[in-house]
Amino acid sequence: MPFIPHTESEISEMLAAIGAPSIDALFDEIPAALRTKALAGIPDALSEMEVGRLMQERAQQDGRPLNFLGAGAYEHHIPAAVWAIVTRGEFYSAYTPYQAEASQGTLQLLYEYQTMMSSLTGMEVSNASLYDGASALAEACLMAVRAHRKSKSARIVVPTTVNPTYLSVARAVVEGQNLSFTVLPYEAGKGTLQFSQLEALKGEDITAVVVQQPNFFGQMEDVDAITDWAHANNALVIAVVNPLSLALFKPPGEWGAKGVDIVVGDGQPLGVPLSSGGPYFGFMTTRMEHVRQMPGRIIGRTVDLDGKQGFTLTLQAREQHIRRSKATSNICTNQGLLVTAATIHMSLLGAAGLEAVAATSQGQANKLVDKLTRIPGVKVVFDGYRFHEAVLQLPTRVGDVLDALAKRNIVGGLDLSKLYPELDNALLVCATEMRTDADLDAYALALADVLERKP
Amino acid sequence: MSNIREPLIFKHSRSGRSAVGQYPQGASAEVPEKFRRRKRAALPEVSELQAVRHFTRLSQLNFSIDTHFYPLGSCTMKYNPRACNAFAMLPEFLGRHPLAPSSVSQGFLTCLYELQEMLKEVTGMKGVSLTPMAGAQGEFAGVAMIRAYHRARNDLQRTEIIVPDAAHGTNPATATMCGCTVVEIPSLPNGDIDIEALKGALGPKTAGIMLTNPSTLGVFERRIQEVAKLVHEAGGLLYYDGANLNAILGKVRPGDMGFDVIHMNLHKTFSTPHGGGGPGSGAVGVGQRLLPFLPIPTVGKDGDQYRWLDENDLPQTIGRLSAFMGNAGVLLRAYVYMRMLGRQGMHRVAEFSALNANYLLARLKKAGFEAAYPERRASHEFIITMKRQAKELGVNAMDFAKRLLDYGFHAPTTYFPLLVPECLLIEPTETEAKEELDAFVEALIAIQAEAEQDAAKVKGAPYTLPVRRLDDVRAAKQLDLTYGMRSSE
Repeated sequence: MPFIPHTESEISEMLAAIGAPSIDALFDEIPAALRTKALAGIPDALSEMEVGRLMQERAQQDGRPLNFLGAGAYEHHIPAAVWAIVTRGEFYSAYTPYQAEASQGTLQLLYEYQTMMSSLTGMEVSNASLYDGASALAEACLMAVRAHRKSKSARIVVPTTVNPTYLSVARAVVEGQNLSFTVLPYEAGKGTLQFSQLEALKGEDITAVVVQQPNFFGQMEDVDAITDWAHANNALVIAVVNPLSLALFKPPGEWGAKGVDIVVGDGQPLGVPLSSGGPYFGFMTTRMEHVRQMPGRIIGRTVDLDGKQGFTLTLQAREQHIRRSKATSNICTNQGLLVTAATIHMSLLGAAGLEAVAATSQGQANKLVDKLTRIPGVKVVFDGYRFHEAVLQLPTRVGDVLDALAKRNIVGGLDLSKLYPELDNALLVCATEMRTDADLDAYALALADVLERKP
Repeated sequence: MSNIREPLIFKHSRSGRSAVGQYPQGASAEVPEKFRRRKRAALPEVSELQAVRHFTRLSQLNFSIDTHFYPLGSCTMKYNPRACNAFAMLPEFLGRHPLAPSSVSQGFLTCLYELQEMLKEVTGMKGVSLTPMAGAQGEFAGVAMIRAYHRARNDLQRTEIIVPDAAHGTNPATATMCGCTVVEIPSLPNGDIDIEALKGALGPKTAGIMLTNPSTLGVFERRIQEVAKLVHEAGGLLYYDGANLNAILGKVRPGDMGFDVIHMNLHKTFSTPHGGGGPGSGAVGVGQRLLPFLPIPTVGKDGDQYRWLDENDLPQTIGRLSAFMGNAGVLLRAYVYMRMLGRQGMHRVAEFSALNANYLLARLKKAGFEAAYPERRASHEFIITMKRQAKELGVNAMDFAKRLLDYGFHAPTTYFPLLVPECLLIEPTETEAKEELDAFVEALIAIQAEAEQDAAKVKGAPYTLPVRRLDDVRAAKQLDLTYGMRSSE
């Protein structure tokens, strides 16, 4: 029997010890009328070889198209050592470190992770992960309401340049809790928050302002001015960031005069493959003064009975298994294995390595934009400094172009028409260090062909 | 294990050292002064070997399923077949961008569609969404759907969620997150729900009830049909917490018991890895009434083509819970696992997890340990209470748990559920062999003897692990959450 070790004689011995006539008798407390007859809809069992063949076929069906899509998930090189270690059984098949003495490996790693994320974002403390970037933003909004007791409005200001899906998720998650979102438009031609819209809210009770850097279009916001404005207006600031970009850019802890209050984002660019959208991990860092309002697991360093250094889950009084209906969040299982990957990835690359990856991605993206905008009718939509993504305007419907590119085995980017109907035929493209100059040329050639209606 | 010590990675760090082969060379970004980072982040500067050795050593400080019996109750720590990992990590799946057009995603979407169908079949539900990223998010989706259902009927006063006192902490926390009020009801001494208390709690404000069946007490709720009838008659809906689905897989289906919505912990029942605390997956299933409210996206089929269903297909959806579509890689692992078990193997999960649990319970009872519910069958797990040992010997459940670590066993869940004093919640799972269970019984018998002869020895455990008992009070009072935070470094 697959994965079940029992022999016939063992089954008999065990039933005798129990005093039950059969395995079926162990279910005699379940009302007979409810017992499942047969699971006709489940296919026959497959051997490992057969299921392997099936999965290979499914994988090959999708192939490996050349990817120019980002929009919150980025294709980067991951050193072979990362997943070789992550999939070691001791990490892969352990659980939440409830028994600290038997989980020092996971706990120490998480403490190292908290140190790295705090430093990368320029904040004082980090939790041990949330589900993903989008749900981390939702948790940050709830946390801001708890942390900012003087604000009574539970009102969160969000520019439309924040990943629209993140905002959808935040709305869905906080839906039952009387928060409101005020959405501010971007400035045409610039693709960044229209500051006058923020100014118009002066004097109103705002709990927090969200700002994404680089924003969903890849454009750089004036984060210093936004942070200072928010603080001057008694609002907290929630930063949404790409952690890789922080190798190059000023960390949120240094934005404006005082730095932001909560930082969240998706950790995927730090050693997690695209893998169809998950599992990734959400991160959150904050100021020490807000640590008790932070959701999720937090690891602390302490000493054991002999005075020796050790690590343990701490501040558990915030959490659902202690506080139940009064917990800061219902989160229990998080994304531990992905944090393991990120911690190893950050250790292997170091700050210099991350900087090189970010800079190379930036360089390739600039070259891509350069090549694509040489095609007649293709234009850059927004001015200003960008990070490894850009919004391009095409002379025709983006959906049709992407379909045609997919037939040529190219994933050409994101059609922005659904998310931003006011943007005419707009395409969000991305390049990372993974795209060679030849890849960029291949894309430019294919796009030119498609736009000339060549089959 | 006790001799291994590994300093923090930062102690291996030397300025200028790097695993330089790991990153591209030569590029520099011209970042405007306004945006430029002035000081590099304090990440380690180590060689590749140093990093590999460091994290390999850290891994060796862990107990895990692959190395130790791990009977952590309510967590279903069963073997995670390696094939599930290998086939979910094929390069095409890893390289697929989540927003890639469905024309280049048919292989992936086929797997997800078939997983939805199989999960419907084993739970008796009418629709499934795979997007929730862990059990607690599945619970959230479930209660949010219950709320949305009542709202859609303009039945706005239904804001109370009934939760038994034995429930996981995530249940009441979830109800609060959804803007509901929690009404707690007690359990009877035999472990069943107190039906009279339930009747008293039901009313025009009842939105629904959250139940785990078998409950966290390790016993099957025998009057479930009556509970379902009462809740439905009162206008409420039934939520099934799938934490213990392993106990009944292929034997009885939540849909047939009368549940309207369920979350499944794929990392428990369908054996995807726990990863040191995730990723999980909390797929949700619903009956007819809640179909319109499922979280998006789900996978649909038009002819022979698979595609994402979104708000255009499900206008009443509770919305999106993740940036893309949940923990896709976990879903592929669960899919591979279910295909390997197949129709022939699904019911064996419940059968052999029940056999192992009842055998372990019978042996421990015979050895003199006190079962919390001695007259009941164990489900896939059961509770023993150490209240006698705590009172007579001064050795409590935590002491037994810590001493078990010295004997090479991960401890059972301790002090949960909260209503059984000094409890150990023990879940052996179906993948453990009889000799492992026997060795665990022998260890507990040996610890009992130690407790009787030398209580201090048990209370001082563990002795053979990388650290002894940790000062949790100090950890919470003198917060040290990052390297360099405290000046004593």
